[in-house]
Amino acid sequence: MRVHKHWLRFAAVAMVLLGGLPLLNAIGRPSTPGAGDAAWFWLSDVQLNLLGRYLTFAFLALGLDLIWGYTGILSLCQALFFCLGGYCMGMYLSLQTGTEGVYGSTLPDFMVWNRVTELPLFWKPFASFWFTMVAIVAVPTLVALVFGFLAFRSRVRGVYFSIITQALAYSMWLLFCRNSMNLGGTNGLTNFKKITPPFFDTAVTFRLEEPATQRGLYLVTVLFLLAGYLFCRWLTRSRLGKVLTAIRDNEHRIQFSGYDPADFKLFVFVVSAALAGIAGALYVPQTGIITPGKMTVAASIEMVIWVAVGGRGTLVGAALGALVVNGAYSYFTSRFAEYWPYFLGFLFVGVVLFFPEGLIGLPRRGLTLWRKLRMKSQPAVLESLEPSSTP
Amino acid sequence: MMPRTGRLVLGLALAAALALSPSRVPAQSSATPAAEAARALGDLASADGAIRQGAVETLGNLEDPAVLPTLEALRAGRLYLWTQPDGRRELVIAREKVTREGKEVLPLARAYDQERLRSADGQDLYADPQELEEVSADRRLRGILQQVIERLRLLSPESKVRKAAAKTLAERGDPVALPWLHQAFTREKDPWTRQAIEEGFCLLTLSHPRADERIGAAHRLAEIHGTNALPRLQELLTQEQDASALAVEKDAVRSLETWTHLTRTAYAVFSGLSLGSILMLMALGLAITFGLMGVINMAHGELMMVGAYATFVMQGWFQAYLPAALFDFYFLAALPLAFVVAGGCGWLLERTIIRFLYGRPLETLLATWGVSLIFIQVARNWFGDLTAVIAPDWLSGGLEVMAGVQLPYNRLFIIAFTGGCVTVIHFLLTRSSVGLRMRAVTQNREMAACLGVRTGRVDAWAFALGAGLAGVAGWALCLIGNVEPGLGQNYIVDSFIVVVTGGVGKLAGTIVAALGIGWLNTLFELTTDSAVMGKVLILILVVLFLQRRPSGLFPARGRSVEA
Repeated sequence: MRVHKHWLRFAAVAMVLLGGLPLLNAIGRPSTPGAGDAAWFWLSDVQLNLLGRYLTFAFLALGLDLIWGYTGILSLCQALFFCLGGYCMGMYLSLQTGTEGVYGSTLPDFMVWNRVTELPLFWKPFASFWFTMVAIVAVPTLVALVFGFLAFRSRVRGVYFSIITQALAYSMWLLFCRNSMNLGGTNGLTNFKKITPPFFDTAVTFRLEEPATQRGLYLVTVLFLLAGYLFCRWLTRSRLGKVLTAIRDNEHRIQFSGYDPADFKLFVFVVSAALAGIAGALYVPQTGIITPGKMTVAASIEMVIWVAVGGRGTLVGAALGALVVNGAYSYFTSRFAEYWPYFLGFLFVGVVLFFPEGLIGLPRRGLTLWRKLRMKSQPAVLESLEPSSTP
Repeated sequence: MMPRTGRLVLGLALAAALALSPSRVPAQSSATPAAEAARALGDLASADGAIRQGAVETLGNLEDPAVLPTLEALRAGRLYLWTQPDGRRELVIAREKVTREGKEVLPLARAYDQERLRSADGQDLYADPQELEEVSADRRLRGILQQVIERLRLLSPESKVRKAAAKTLAERGDPVALPWLHQAFTREKDPWTRQAIEEGFCLLTLSHPRADERIGAAHRLAEIHGTNALPRLQELLTQEQDASALAVEKDAVRSLETWTHLTRTAYAVFSGLSLGSILMLMALGLAITFGLMGVINMAHGELMMVGAYATFVMQGWFQAYLPAALFDFYFLAALPLAFVVAGGCGWLLERTIIRFLYGRPLETLLATWGVSLIFIQVARNWFGDLTAVIAPDWLSGGLEVMAGVQLPYNRLFIIAFTGGCVTVIHFLLTRSSVGLRMRAVTQNREMAACLGVRTGRVDAWAFALGAGLAGVAGWALCLIGNVEPGLGQNYIVDSFIVVVTGGVGKLAGTIVAALGIGWLNTLFELTTDSAVMGKVLILILVVLFLQRRPSGLFPARGRSVEA
């Protein structure tokens, strides 16, 4: 019966995301743009777009949860994979702009600015839509494959892995900030105009500034998120997923049982990188800009806190955490931006110290607390019988 | 150099002379240089360009360094003719503009001795800019002025100024400076300044019409390693007519090029050592908190920032409450403050957060990251975004070890200081009872507790020590960079890489890794011409290195390692 309940819930969420929210956006719209007669429940185009962006973060959080929540490996370079996917998409979109740029050149604006006269070789294939789609997955996957292979083979684990991935993110950030990389330096890639996916033989043009295009991108994001959720759910419930959890709980034991954890770790690292890359690619057309600022060490660590806030080790929790934390970010930056770092800082400390199970674990935690309080009046239970820490 | 009293007398005489309007100064043939200087200064205010030019030349020939401020003011357009309320006209230097009673006024100082002008009842005098008539210097005068200023700077008591003057005169390429440089050379005592002056002299001589003079100069330049003359010599190779001179010049160029290469190498070795010592200083605290205690503290960089701000605050206190003469001591006074404040923060951090997370390093990482965010924002709110500490006077400048290689004192200081810190920590860990307890808790917590070691307390103090060392690192970093809220973030990745490469549990690992990474980084930076590529290459090397030695250079051994 539990399975039944789960699918019902899944269908409900899917319906809300795919149908309900766009419906709210469609009806209740003000008679003319900017008029004050919008219905109170109207979800504006900007809000829907913002939600679409956050859903890409939720998609990334699924991958991060696979590696951190289920396998216990804290990767601090997820933002790098996110940006690799994002930059692939950004390069494609920049080339789509054609001569619509500020300088009217076929080259992206920043190249004109940097006096680059010819399109660098590695940019050229990104004129193709399908190549870009492959690269979005392939580039982060390759980086993760090479780096993960070296790291896991030499049994770099625990905090050492975190530090090494952090250093990777840091040096890549430095690299992407350079103008000589021909990726726009610190300003990144921006000023995208249109996206033209080829349907069979004819290319259809979607202007990015049009709300309809953004709605379409939102729907695509939701579809990806739902599919990603199903995939991760299937993965974690398979035999492979069991091995991953076993690696988290006792790596030595699984080694003695005849498994090589390095292969499994590499696999999950690569999968999470691919998911992050796709998330980045979905994010870029909805935001209209990608900069190296998105791939800093700080960005990667912030992604971890999304998962921690939602509840690590549960897929719904990870996605929920990404939405909640980013929602809070929007709220804070619009009201009192100065206090956001304090809030985020206390969130890190508070979640780790007091709510290791995150939002998902909150109802159950409340229940145990209530029971404990009721027990107080009854004969005492031995403290030592309570689990001292969560794995 | 003129004795002090002599200058005072001269100043008084001048002041008396200047009180008269320049036009009323009788053109007398004066015997004393003082009177001549006074007359020349008076001529500066003349309307006739030729007279002013003559005056500047006369002032140069008198070789009295005391007129330097006046000439510099003339060049900067701050020399004015001021008509006093009683009609007397006086040559004055205007200082920085100030606002008094809602008006912008200029504080006045007398030309020549720079004494602040006061009215009869002892009040400071200010002038409205409109009351002043600027003594202007046209292009021609400026050219001569520049030369005379540099000539007088050759007489400066500071060797740095004398050196710079010799260099400027040589670069201007006017042979009129040759006798001045020669004189300066004969009276010079400081060997490196002598070298600089001789280099300038030879550089000017390279343009001499006679070939034997040029040969001598080229020869001498090669001998004294005058690398500043290299561009001129290379230029000369294309113009030289005389065959024998050409041969000598070619030899000189070759020898100087070799020398340049040598100095560059020497400097690279030093920069590597300097970077290595900075890395070591930063990683030293981590070697204790991470290496010995296994606590991964992402707020380590922010504790460095705390140390840096402690230094900044101490500087503010010294400026506010203590006489200026003591100002240079603020830096030393800030050392214990930085250690104690950062250590206190660390102690608090350990007691309130970290002790609940022992054995869960990934959670510690996240929680301390949160702490670092809070620290950064607090610093931003309290101190604003960019502040800098003024390095004390005794650390400015550098030690010249060979021609063209000057080692900055602040870098040398950091190297020496790091050495001292490492020694102290080494003895603290291996020779003191505190260190013994710390090592005991590291190796076997339960057993140490059974033997009566208060493990909780040892943890707290060990962490506080690591944090204090971070503060000290922040204190030292004030010497080479700005004090800003993001200070720690710039270094945290580097210092963790050092500790990981070095391996936990041993100080030696940290030392070797810091020096190695520092040197390699400098090497890569020089060979690839970019700091970023240096960093990327270092990361690649570290990852490859960990292939061979997964637990670093000096791994801890034993069963507990895997736990």
